[in-house]
Formats: sequence, C-alpha cells, structure tokens
Amino acid sequence: MSTLLKPETVDHVRDVVAWAAAEETPLELVGSGSKRSMGRPGNAAHTLDMSAFSGISLYEAEELVLSAGAGTPIAGIYAALQEQQQELAFEPPDYGPLLGLPEGAGTLGGVLAANLAGPRRIKAGAARDHFLGFTAVSGRGELFKSGGRVVKNVTGYDLCKVMAGSWGTLGAMMQVTVKVLPAAEKLRTVLVFGCDAVQGVAALTQALQTPYEVSAAAWVPQTVAAHSNVGYVRESGASVAAIRIEGPGPSVEYRCATLRDQLAPFGATEELHGHNSAAFWREIRDVRPFAEPGDTRVVWKLSVPPQSGAKLATALAAVVDGEFYVDWGGGLIWLAVPEAGTGGNEAVRAAVAESGGHATLIRAPAELRSAVPVFQPQDPGLARLSQRLKEGFDPRGILNPGRMYPGV
Amino acid sequence: MEMPKPDDGVIARRREIATALREIVPGEGVIVDEDALRPYESDGLTAYKTLPLIVVLPETTEQVSQVLRYCHENAIKVVPRGAGTSLSGGALPLADGIILGLGKFKKILEIDYDNRCAVVQPGVTNLGITDAVRDDGFYYAPDPSSQIACTIGGNIAENSGGVHCLKYGLTTNNVLGLEIVMMDGEVVRIGGKHLDSEGYDMLGLLTGSEGLLGVVTEVTVRLLRAPETARAVLVGFPSNEAAGECVAGVIGAGIIPGGMEMMDKPAIAAAEAFVEAGYPLDVEALLIVELDGPEVEVDYLIDRVEGIAKANGAISIRVSNSEEERARFWAGRKAAFPAIGRISPDYYCMDGTIPRSQLPKVLTRMTELSNEFGLRVANVFHAGDGNLHPLILYDANEPGELEKAEEFGAEILKLCVEVGGVLTGEHGVGVEKRDLMGTMFTEDDLNQQQRVKCVFDPDSLLNPGKVFPELHRCAELGRVHIKRGEMRFPDLPRF
Repeated sequence: MSTLLKPETVDHVRDVVAWAAAEETPLELVGSGSKRSMGRPGNAAHTLDMSAFSGISLYEAEELVLSAGAGTPIAGIYAALQEQQQELAFEPPDYGPLLGLPEGAGTLGGVLAANLAGPRRIKAGAARDHFLGFTAVSGRGELFKSGGRVVKNVTGYDLCKVMAGSWGTLGAMMQVTVKVLPAAEKLRTVLVFGCDAVQGVAALTQALQTPYEVSAAAWVPQTVAAHSNVGYVRESGASVAAIRIEGPGPSVEYRCATLRDQLAPFGATEELHGHNSAAFWREIRDVRPFAEPGDTRVVWKLSVPPQSGAKLATALAAVVDGEFYVDWGGGLIWLAVPEAGTGGNEAVRAAVAESGGHATLIRAPAELRSAVPVFQPQDPGLARLSQRLKEGFDPRGILNPGRMYPGV
Repeated sequence: MEMPKPDDGVIARRREIATALREIVPGEGVIVDEDALRPYESDGLTAYKTLPLIVVLPETTEQVSQVLRYCHENAIKVVPRGAGTSLSGGALPLADGIILGLGKFKKILEIDYDNRCAVVQPGVTNLGITDAVRDDGFYYAPDPSSQIACTIGGNIAENSGGVHCLKYGLTTNNVLGLEIVMMDGEVVRIGGKHLDSEGYDMLGLLTGSEGLLGVVTEVTVRLLRAPETARAVLVGFPSNEAAGECVAGVIGAGIIPGGMEMMDKPAIAAAEAFVEAGYPLDVEALLIVELDGPEVEVDYLIDRVEGIAKANGAISIRVSNSEEERARFWAGRKAAFPAIGRISPDYYCMDGTIPRSQLPKVLTRMTELSNEFGLRVANVFHAGDGNLHPLILYDANEPGELEKAEEFGAEILKLCVEVGGVLTGEHGVGVEKRDLMGTMFTEDDLNQQQRVKCVFDPDSLLNPGKVFPELHRCAELGRVHIKRGEMRFPDLPRF
C-alpha cells in the first residue's frame, strides 16, 4: 500500500527512516513536489513529505545569513529577503512552467538538493556555494549535522557540498542555513544583435574578460528571441547576445557604456534597463523559451567548457534537429529535441564526452527517463566512489534510490 | 595531544621500504638521512614535531600512484605535504609513516583565458598562479596571508581563504577541477573546465578535506580579471563595539567590500611599531575597508563607507590616494603576525569564526581570560565574515607556558562555538583542534564524517590522527544498527 508520511518533528523523521531501513522499503522524499518529474523515475511505495519543516528560524541581514526549514516555500524566502534588499545570489531557477507546473512553487530544501543555479552562476556560484549548514536524518535513521551559521568555516568535511545536488539520496534535510547577499542597486543589460552562436559566444567571452564583473552572459538565436516578452529582444529580428551588468548606479552606467563601445564590432548594440533586464533574465533562467504551452520537446541541460559551447551546440542541434540557446558565457546549453526515440541521448552523450562536462535530461516523459541515463554516466572510478558514498549515508538504499544513478 | 601509536613493525622495515620506494622514485627523491628529514619534522604549527619514517618527493602522477599503491599494499601510513605552512598541524609527520611531498609538482600546465581558468600542478604557490597571469590583467582570487609560500595543493586541502574571500569566495568557490590519487593508487579526475558536477559534488567534498581523502596531483582554478582600481579606507574607532557596528552598517547598506579587516589595540600597536604604516595609536580598534572596481564605483562607495564610519563614531578616517598609500595601509595588517613575533618570543595563532554581532562579547570575555591565564592576546579579524585570529603571546622557554597558551586557545575556541560560531574558519582542524571537535559535533555527526573517510580510505592510512578525535574502524562504522519493528509514533500524520 502506498502511504504519504508527513513527519512534523525530528523524532518523526528518525522514526520513519529507521522503520523504512528496517523494512528495506524505499521512501520518495518530497518538499512541494515541484521537481518530482526530474531524475530517474522511482517506484517507492511510500512518500516522505518534508513540507512540515517550514518557516524561517533565523534571518540576520547584516550577518548575511538565513536559516529555515528545508520545506519552506521558496516564495516565502524571497519575500523575506526582498524586505531587506537581499537575495539568493545564485539566482535559483523556477522550472515549474518548463515542467508543466505552476510558477513560484518549490522549497528552499529542493533548490539546495538539486544544486540549482541561474545565469549568475558564472559570477556568484551555484546553490552549493551558498549552503552553509544543515541538519538531516541519514538513511540509518541518525540525526546529523554539518557546517554552521557562519560564512567562513572549515571545521570537518564540507558535507553541505555533497548534500547539494544529491537529490535527496543521502539524507532527509530538516533545517538548512544559507548565505544571503545584498541585491544590486541597479541592473542593466547590453544587447548585441545579429551574431551567430560562435560569434555570439566570442562577444560574451570578450565581455567576460573585461574587469566589468559581468553577472550573466547569454546568447539566443533569432527563433528564440522572437518569443521573448521583452520588446527590444522580440522585435529585433535577429539573434541576441546579452550581457548583464549589476552594481551601484554610476558604476553600472560606466561599465555598460564602455562595454557597448568595445562590443560594437560584433554588431548593433542596445541597452535594457532594470525592468526589461529582469524580465529577460527570468526567461533565460527559467528556460521559458522551451516552456510554452504545448511544447513537448525533450529538454537537455549541458554544462561544458565555455569555449566549446557554441560549436558543440550548433553541431549537435543539426544532428538531432534541435533548438538551443546558450547561457553562462557559453558554458551552459539548453537544448530542445523533438520527442522521438531516445531524445538525442546518443548524440548528446557523445558530444559531451568529447568536450568534457555533463548533460542532464531535464524534461522528458517517464518512459524516456527510465530508458536512458538522466544524469551524465560517470567514469568507473568516480561511479564507484558515488556508490560507496551513497552506502556511507544510506546503506539500505531507502532514500530516493536510483533517482540519480542505478544503485545510488 | 596524542597521535596514533607508531607501529614498531613498520619502523623496523624502514630500510626495506626505502629500497622499494627508490624503485618507484629514483635519485634524490627518497630521503632517509636524519639531517635531511629534519626540515620535514613539523609544519607551520611548530609546537609539534615528529621525525617522519621516510620522505618521498615524486615528480609524476604515475609515481604518486605507485607510491600510494605500495603503501596501501604494505599498510604504511602516508602524510601528504605541500609547502608545510599549515597552522593546524595538517602535515605533522608520523614516526611510522612516510611524508609524500608534492614540492616537485611546480608546473603551470595551461593558462586558458578563453575558458577563464588555469591548470596547474599542486606544488605551484598560490601567488605563483597570480604571478603567471598578472601581466595579462588576471589573477587567482583567494589570497591567504601565506600566499608567497603556500601551495595550491595545500589550499585545496585546507579550503584556504584570505582577506578577499568575503567578496570573491574561498578556495572551494574558485576551483573547477582536480586530479586526485586515492590511497589504493587509483587516479580519479573530477570536474574540469565546466561548472558543477554531474553527480555528487566530490570536488566540494575534497576541498577542505585536510589530506585525508586523496592526494591532489592537478588543479584547475578559475581566473578572474583584476579590478581596474582599488582604494582602502583606514578608520579608527574609540571602541571595538563601534568598529563592529560600522562593519554591520557597511554590509547592511548593501556594500560587500573587497576586504574588510579589523585590528584591536594591541595588534595596532605591534604592527605600527614594526612597519610604521601610519596607524593611529589613540584608537581602540582599526578598520581597513578596501573597495575595488571601476574608479567611478570605488569613489562612490568610499563616500558611502566614510558616511557610515562617521555615523558610527569614527575618530579618524584616511582614504588611500595612491597605490603606495594603499599598500602601506595593508602593510601593517599583513605584517601583524611577524609584528607580534617581535614583541613576544612566541605566539599562538587561533582561527575561530563567530557571528559578527557576538564580537564585543567575545572580545570582553577574551580580555577576562587573558587576565586569568596571565597571557597577553592581540586580535586581527576578518571582520566581514566573522573570522577571528586571536594571537596569544607566550614564551616557550618558560616551563608550562606553551600548555597554558594552548589551554587559553582552547577556551577561546569553545567560546566561539558557544556563541554560535565554529572552531576554524580557514586554518583547518589538523591535530590542533582535533580534540575539540566534540564541542561542535555529536558522536553521530563525527561518525557520519568518518564514513566519508571510509569511502576514500577504508584502511585509514592517509593522514591518520588528524581531524577526528577518535578513529573508528570502517567495518564498525558501516554496521547498521536497526531493529525491525513498528513505527513508534502513532501521531505521525499519514495520508
């Protein structure tokens, strides 16, 4: 019989996990359930709903630190941060609409467990880089913690790093602490029109090699630009390379003006101000180009060396009849492939094997996510380490087993 | 402080082991002479000394792999070592263990500006990376005070910080890839020139693992373009509280400075006497706030910082007007440790982190402790991130003073934990804080960490005796103690 278990206390969680370990029955960990269709499909009979661990327990803006229940809705976190003009600098994306769900769902724990990061990844890092501490129950039913509530800490192994991006396979997190940072005073985006992918990434690279602290660098083809809600982008009739500049007002103006001069040889330039900039980068962040209603294409996320990105994506898209755009200055490729066969799995894996990096199947029907690897297959040495790490935390394999790799 | 009991059987085989190692690393790379071993007997934490069994200095990853495989097969302990600048005894030798020195891994393998990274060997110094790219306008951001000597391999082991890490991150935020050799000799590559991990974040786990999980043989680091300009503000305050309030005010105003350092009165006096940086001597606390970026941004932020400083009762404010002046402002802070070394025969450097709001309480209690122990203490403080470096002044030639200094240090670290902080912000646990781990972690916490150790080194041959106060066998840690049965909680919501 399938049961939904919703623990409300630490002892509840320990009890449920110890029971499941004794019974050797897998548990599916969920917060709000917004990322349930990501990863390899499981067959857990029981669902461990962590949403009762909700609420901000500590927020000291001047100390740049916030602690909350892992099940705290991310929307609530944003609201609290906004009051103090702060933010999660890693800019967590909202894949809701991409996955056919409403926007604005998700929990803080989910963002961390999936190690998400938005366009600011290139400057500010990912969830892992802002994750300071947690308490969790391991697959042994034991309460354990790591880290703390200070931003600088090397006491013991940094288990926050492995919990980030572990997709609930190592422990059920209850309290989490993250570093928060001031939101920028001003935000602008320099646009360069009409470059192909390779030229576009060359423009992004040049911008990223300046001292102007570019906080996001993306390139979208004309087909993608045409669907933007930002007029300057949609009506350009061209591909768009976009470079975001944030910071104190006078500095942003200076840096934008200088960058526009320097990038002029690549094509006509334009500048988006605050509101349009925010809207554009939300689209990039949340993969909105592939999230239109009725779009059932398979969506891949490829993280590769930035200089390989444009060429790799152009060649790959031609092979799999796909559409793509580029973020992280060339290092992140969002690729949509017609839903047929293996969704381009072989071609994607071959391309990544050559360039280095990894590809993750972000949107695909459950059958495809069962049939082909969702996460990048690992070299044997690394795969063995992953397997043993899993056993160290969850020897009976009851926490989201197989969500990332078979047997992990 | 006790180290694992040396294995006399291994010590007796010293000659045989040296011969076997010479077959792997020919020539001068295997050291057995007592005089030649002497330089390796301690690291930056000189209070502890042990002569290692043998020192091996391999030159290739293949040699590292063979050395480790040999040691694994023969149950010989291994202590990896970079430049030996650890302040926590991370590279303290074992009498029955070899020192695996990475000092010959000195090559910068690749500089790749288009991917904004560099691939280097672990024995390259931290500053060596920046030196190699400075002329092109780039740098490697983490800058521990020992950067002229410490190696990038050691930085990985300790997750080193520096004065710029509030804005630019620690080592862990600036590393993209590693090649490591595991204790059984297997070579594993992790990450590369791309971002994030396909599976578990082994890169993040290895960074800061203090040489207990694997030996780093190659590192890929991020390179950043250097800011166009930097200026520093020197602000004096009538009290530590006022300086602390100013730091909170700066961050509260949304400003993350490139660096924000604080010194207390004893530290100011010692530094000024040593380098004549022009520090005001009539203040209780001194802040150095550095702003970097385009000139227009720096000017704008300096104005705001000055305003905040005045609002918090600053009694002296000076803004650097040239690179020379900025360097002079920093000279005192950077020379703080040797400056203390001039006024005391010995000093003991601590490294706790506290929630910044607790600073006045911690400093007050530290003064009380200073009186109780009869030892002077000076404080330098990475104010932005709460990382405190109390320097305890003592004289090792006075019987009992070292022990007293250590006891004083332990009390300070316990205090840090008590107010919500941690034992170490950037120097590592090593042997120094090993026995204090229990003040921060429960047995279950520590067991879970040791299970991670078991993943990489199930026989506990790599740098044993560091970090963990008690060593459990992996077989014991791996056991599952679970009884079958009903769930105890009838009130647990089920649907």
